[in-house]
Amino acid sequence: MGKVKTPYLLLLPGFAFLFTFFILPIANLAQTSTQTPIAGGDTGQYEQTFRLKNYIDAFVENKEQFGRSFLYALIATALALMIAYPLAYAIAFKAGKMKNVLLVLVVAPFFTSFLLRTIAWKQILGEKGFIVPTLRSLGILSEGSTLTSTAFAVVMGMTYNFLPFMTLPLYASIDRIDPRTLEASGDLYANGFTTFRKVTLPLSMPGVVAGTLLTFIPAAGDYVNAAILGSPSTKMIGNVIESRYFKVVDYPTAAALSFTLMAAILILVTIYIRKAGTEELV
Amino acid sequence: MSRASVQAPIPTIPFGARVSRWFGRNLIRIYAIFAFTYLFIPVLYTFAFSFNDGGKSNLIWKGFTLSNWQNPCGAPEVCNALGNSIKIGFLATFFATILGTMIAFAIGRHEFKGRSSSNLLIFLPMATPEIVLGASLLTLFLVFKINPGFWPTVIAHIVFCISFVVVTVKARIASLDPRLEQAAMDLYANEFETFRRVTLPLVAPGIAGAALLSFSLSFDDFIITNFNSGTLTTFPKFIYVSAARGIPPQANVIGSSMFFLALALVIVGQIVSRKRKVS
Repeated sequence: MGKVKTPYLLLLPGFAFLFTFFILPIANLAQTSTQTPIAGGDTGQYEQTFRLKNYIDAFVENKEQFGRSFLYALIATALALMIAYPLAYAIAFKAGKMKNVLLVLVVAPFFTSFLLRTIAWKQILGEKGFIVPTLRSLGILSEGSTLTSTAFAVVMGMTYNFLPFMTLPLYASIDRIDPRTLEASGDLYANGFTTFRKVTLPLSMPGVVAGTLLTFIPAAGDYVNAAILGSPSTKMIGNVIESRYFKVVDYPTAAALSFTLMAAILILVTIYIRKAGTEELV
Repeated sequence: MSRASVQAPIPTIPFGARVSRWFGRNLIRIYAIFAFTYLFIPVLYTFAFSFNDGGKSNLIWKGFTLSNWQNPCGAPEVCNALGNSIKIGFLATFFATILGTMIAFAIGRHEFKGRSSSNLLIFLPMATPEIVLGASLLTLFLVFKINPGFWPTVIAHIVFCISFVVVTVKARIASLDPRLEQAAMDLYANEFETFRRVTLPLVAPGIAGAALLSFSLSFDDFIITNFNSGTLTTFPKFIYVSAARGIPPQANVIGSSMFFLALALVIVGQIVSRKRKVS
């Protein structure tokens, strides 16, 4: 029997598919990124000239949006972690019989289309919602300023939309912690904070890493929150790529930007995984 | 299951520590309530405005009506878009679940050369921003003169669903007790029989979960769909496009129905699995 072949046979159809519709497109995108417009051709016609300067041009032209994407994604990831960690902890350790119900409730908002929910936020934070008039009457928000079309709204929307991606892996790893290890730490005269820092947090690190990655990666490439909740001054790199494709029909720049984004994310992720994986958490 | 009950109260804790411990315990509960409020505000808003008598643009509350629920297809294109989303979701889920489960068994059950690079190939689509996945596929389709539309969208959805299926099913396979399969073998079941009567039923909940995850990812996807669907409208795309001039309340009806449908599915699933455990 070809026992050695079994895993390869199982892999074959899936990997053939991924090769054709994932690897090949990425390679093709790389090829597109160094093309230039055909002299005298129509819009959208490009030829291969291996112009690597496309990358520099694209980056210099859009460095502001790049910076913003990573800044917003970073803040949203940090906020999501701050909200999701205690939530996951509460579900894992404090919920008792309600555990499964609460877990379902974390995922449940997913099923109302995320666009509907983002637009709902736009309405809630908008002029006719109830938050803006309340803040104005309290004097926190001045007459002329708004909540929508601001960086605040974009980051809040991103935090909101990626929160379940943060909560689920966190829950999975916190739930695996044996509560007796926490008790042992207490028995050894560690206070609550020390127990958290020395026992709970290190044991839940796989969840923290998975959750932050699952939040940061889509957040950095997102453009929907910025498009709905933001303004031209909160444009992210995703918005630029989108408009280069659909409005400007400038495929090489869009491809170069996509690649720069992907490379930046991969580098950050690699450094992050190395740090989180090898360095001891003191 | 109830790990909280393990913590037996120790009588010698000083009063101050007891107060702070109580506060600590309840603080996290209060925090969780706030987090859930944050999660549910837009869901409740969407639900409330599904009853709005606001006509075509659903921006301001104009009065209560049930007509949107009685006639969810009242707004043109809403149900057409919904139908497309469901069709794409089922097809993408079907193929992604089969392909992904096969990969999960290969990686989770076998030692072979190239296993770690296989893991990498599964991780990469998840680490690729959606916009890059969508844009790269579109460029490929354009090169081969394939017009974006229904099938390109299905293909794009399969690409990003496969990895999630592999990860979910692999986790389930890893949690299996290998002794169960050994027992089956000891009882003279051959490899195929062991797989069909022991392994597969044990992994089935993982596969079902992966399929549900695939469907919801596909159903809710906008970015990749926007790149590869051309003139075809899906439910998220319909919402995005009509956002500028106001979304018809029928979209809120459908969004809320999906929410309740998913909730009902999970509850039924819970009851079924509990009954199985009892019997």
